[in-house]
Amino acid sequence: MIERTDVEHVARLTRLALTEAELERMREQLNSILAHLDTLRAVDTEGVEPTSHAVDVVNVMREDEVEPCFPQDAMLANAPDRSGELFRVPRILED
Amino acid sequence: MAVTPPGADVNPDRYEVVIGLEVHAQLRTRSKMFCGCPTRFGAPPNSQTCPVCQGMPGVLPVVNRRAVEFGIRTALAFHCRVNAACRFARKHYYYPDMPKNYQISQYEEPLAEDGFLEVDVDGSSRAIGIQRLHLEEDVGKLLHEGTIETAKASLVDFNRSGVPLMETVSRPELRSPEEAAAYLRAFRAIVVYLDVCDGNMEEGSLRCDANVSLRPRGAAELGTKVEIKNLNSFRNVERALKFEVARQTAALAVDERIVQETRLWDADREVTRSMRSKEYAHDYRYFPEPDLVPLQIDRRWVEEIRAELPELPRARRQRFVSRYGLSLSTSDILTHHGPLADYFEAAVTEFPDAKAVSNWILSEFLRVLAGGDERVLSMKVPPRNLAGLLRLIADGTISGKIAKDVFSTMVDTGEDAPTIVRREGLTQVADEAVLDGIIDAVMAANPKAIEDFKRGKTAAKKALVGQVMKATGGKANPALVDRLLEDKLSKIQT
Amino acid sequence: MYQPIHELTDAYRRADLTPTAVAEAYLARIDALDGRLGAYLTVVRDEALAAARESELRWRAGAPLGPLDGAPVALKDVLCTRGVRTTCGSKMLESFVPPYDATVVERLRAAGAVILGKTNMDEFAMGSSTEHSAFHPTRNPWDLARVPGGSSGGSAAAVAGGLAAGGFGSDTGGSIRQPAAFCGVVGMKPTYGRVSRYGLVALASSLDQVGPFARDVRDAALLLGAVAGHDRRDATCIQAPVPDYGAELSKGVAGLTLGLPDEYFIDGMDPDVERAMESRTRAAGFGAEVKRRIMLGTYALSAGYYDAYYGKAQSVRTLVRREFAAAFARVDLIVAPTTPNVAFKHGEKEDPLSMYLNDVFTIPGNLAGIPGISVPCGFSVTGLPIGLQVLGRPLDEPRLLRAAYAYEQATPWRSRRPELT
Repeated sequence: MIERTDVEHVARLTRLALTEAELERMREQLNSILAHLDTLRAVDTEGVEPTSHAVDVVNVMREDEVEPCFPQDAMLANAPDRSGELFRVPRILED
Repeated sequence: MAVTPPGADVNPDRYEVVIGLEVHAQLRTRSKMFCGCPTRFGAPPNSQTCPVCQGMPGVLPVVNRRAVEFGIRTALAFHCRVNAACRFARKHYYYPDMPKNYQISQYEEPLAEDGFLEVDVDGSSRAIGIQRLHLEEDVGKLLHEGTIETAKASLVDFNRSGVPLMETVSRPELRSPEEAAAYLRAFRAIVVYLDVCDGNMEEGSLRCDANVSLRPRGAAELGTKVEIKNLNSFRNVERALKFEVARQTAALAVDERIVQETRLWDADREVTRSMRSKEYAHDYRYFPEPDLVPLQIDRRWVEEIRAELPELPRARRQRFVSRYGLSLSTSDILTHHGPLADYFEAAVTEFPDAKAVSNWILSEFLRVLAGGDERVLSMKVPPRNLAGLLRLIADGTISGKIAKDVFSTMVDTGEDAPTIVRREGLTQVADEAVLDGIIDAVMAANPKAIEDFKRGKTAAKKALVGQVMKATGGKANPALVDRLLEDKLSKIQT
Repeated sequence: MYQPIHELTDAYRRADLTPTAVAEAYLARIDALDGRLGAYLTVVRDEALAAARESELRWRAGAPLGPLDGAPVALKDVLCTRGVRTTCGSKMLESFVPPYDATVVERLRAAGAVILGKTNMDEFAMGSSTEHSAFHPTRNPWDLARVPGGSSGGSAAAVAGGLAAGGFGSDTGGSIRQPAAFCGVVGMKPTYGRVSRYGLVALASSLDQVGPFARDVRDAALLLGAVAGHDRRDATCIQAPVPDYGAELSKGVAGLTLGLPDEYFIDGMDPDVERAMESRTRAAGFGAEVKRRIMLGTYALSAGYYDAYYGKAQSVRTLVRREFAAAFARVDLIVAPTTPNVAFKHGEKEDPLSMYLNDVFTIPGNLAGIPGISVPCGFSVTGLPIGLQVLGRPLDEPRLLRAAYAYEQATPWRSRRPELT
């Protein structure tokens, strides 16, 4: 069972600015979804290796070769704000 | 939170200092960790990026093989176990220098674990444990508009984003700020020897964070640790740690609780400052990177890399002592940086008087070098030319004093010593007949010195030698002048 | 407007039709109908006509680039297109214009395909109805009151409604097969790693695969063939050579063993639950479903819960793979319904969990990384299409397509059209 404080903690981690109403609804919905996931937890997986990839491929690497970069303008084009050649972002507050 | 000033009246021996270092080294690959953009430092902002290293939606990373090779090379030099299976993981946090909101790093199954690094402090040597070594990607560089306190916005340059980083975590086995600085120096020497990192702390190629705690002497449990960031020079490491140890000591003396937090070293004010204290611990939510497949490190590859490992600084230092008969301290300076040691060895093969060669390198060579790049200087004065100069001193062609001037000219023009000596007519005057005449003239012109000498003032002889050297433009063989003058003076006395 | 691509290109070859005329006709139909259907988010008229004209020159010169040259296709807005905004159905990326093409897009351009535009989807592919687009919902051409399925609902509706001859989507838990079933078209999720994911904005990287929507199985084979194959920019991409899928179709199904698993016939299929549509707030950034999934994912990975959820799920995934491997030791193909129900009405699945459960028949294929195809297999009493799903062994797309083709040729379903005017 997820408590309200858990929801608030997770919301903080996600940086989603949820409203009071959203937090409460989220608590209810997450609990109903996680309750469903309990069927998963009931499965016996003792000694079963986890699968993190759908293909059994290993050691895919590239050689250390330089390729052409993208033009500076093209890479800055999507910036919400810029200052000359730099991306401009709201000042960061340490947390 | 107020900063507690260091130096409070406590018995420093009550506590044991426990320090662990995390060192991030940028690897000297040509291209980035997960894309083909170049890693060159100093390019115009955001001119060395692509969708991959800017973390645009839809992109995928592909591992740079050389970065893995460099990681293995370093792991072997640190006596680590290179794991047969390793994988990458996503480390989640939010910061504008990292647009994906996760950093590709390694968590479980890092590249290598369980090694050690030998560190010398006060003449004794200790092996400091290395817990793990893993690969990750660097993030972009943040600049502040104006000062950090007043800035309204931050500016981001992503050229650095995606440069391969190797993080090496020591065990908390360092027992003093001096030892921590020595660890970092040894670390730097090794990665530079291995040619995996340029070791340039100013440009951020090598960065260091420290964990510091104190515990009552004899206690088994570790105290509350404080993480210090921004230790970007050897000097800063030592100073910041000294400050922090003093701060914690003072706090403990008045029964103040040490807060687990991250502090930033402010090099200008020489204090550590608390970064906004965390209400909750880091929760990086690591999970295996699904876009990269696991690596199974082939043992043969590891053995190939091991076979190509260069001789490391400590081994080389030992060899310099035993083979060339140099002192430990001289060997230490010569071997600290690979190219300097190479230069020495190349010069010694041409001119086998190792002491003479090392004296010249430690005095003139390092003086002219003045902290610059030996590679540049050794192009102007190749080892063979230094040997040529030393031969001219040894066979009496020029004096040691003249040799210094010749060396300066060699640095300026790139010519070899015999060419300069010949052109500028610097060959020593060692012809007795010539010197006889000059000495007679000097003696005739300085009757007072002769009188002084007769009354037992030996310093007067030195003045006469100086006059003879002056008269020959410094080219007279000083030993010969001395002998001839001695002869003449002794004749006057009798 | 309902001709499959292979018939269009036959007509190009005979000079009965030109790519330009076909592109113009499609664009006109989009103008006329998409206001009601809502299949597209962005239509690239000028680029499409320019590409069609170039295709026309190649056909006239007798040198087409291949069986897709001049084929008008629609791309789910989750595939990055150079110079054309790629929104993922989210306000967050409303003005994102990628400076690069996804590998799939690059290969389609190289094959001469005419890209008509970018299609609607659930925001960041999180959904099964295309109601969760931040821009507008997409409607099912068979019944405008119903959803086209999702998350690739825009591409499915475009192909079903004659607003594109073929399309591409992405399938993480059924996001191609389910909307294909709901819209009465062919939809295919290839083997994981068969098609490059480079330029596909990820939902779940180890499950996502790009795949085609088509009028018929032959077109699906051609569309897949054009984009499949190794890509050095995707480390999870498989190296295996790409068969000529079109040539495989005629090999027939003699000797193939089919399995019908009991697990795919569950209680409570098609629960007829209707609820009033609750008003939804969408702040500037993420919509409600996206926020929910971000919260859920963060929770499952946060300190102390990893083993219970993420780790557990990865172990269960191993068991799912083993079960499929065991099944494919006995049979060549598994046949099952694509979805537990037909297209539902807009607003009907307001409860997130019931929406997630819409994936129960499709998501095991993603977990196992195996290929799956949905082909039309009839209509409900209400006149809505029903999909049949065929699942196969990894990289066994040829057998999958052969079986689907044989079924399609033996049944009359693909001749029925939605009444869209």
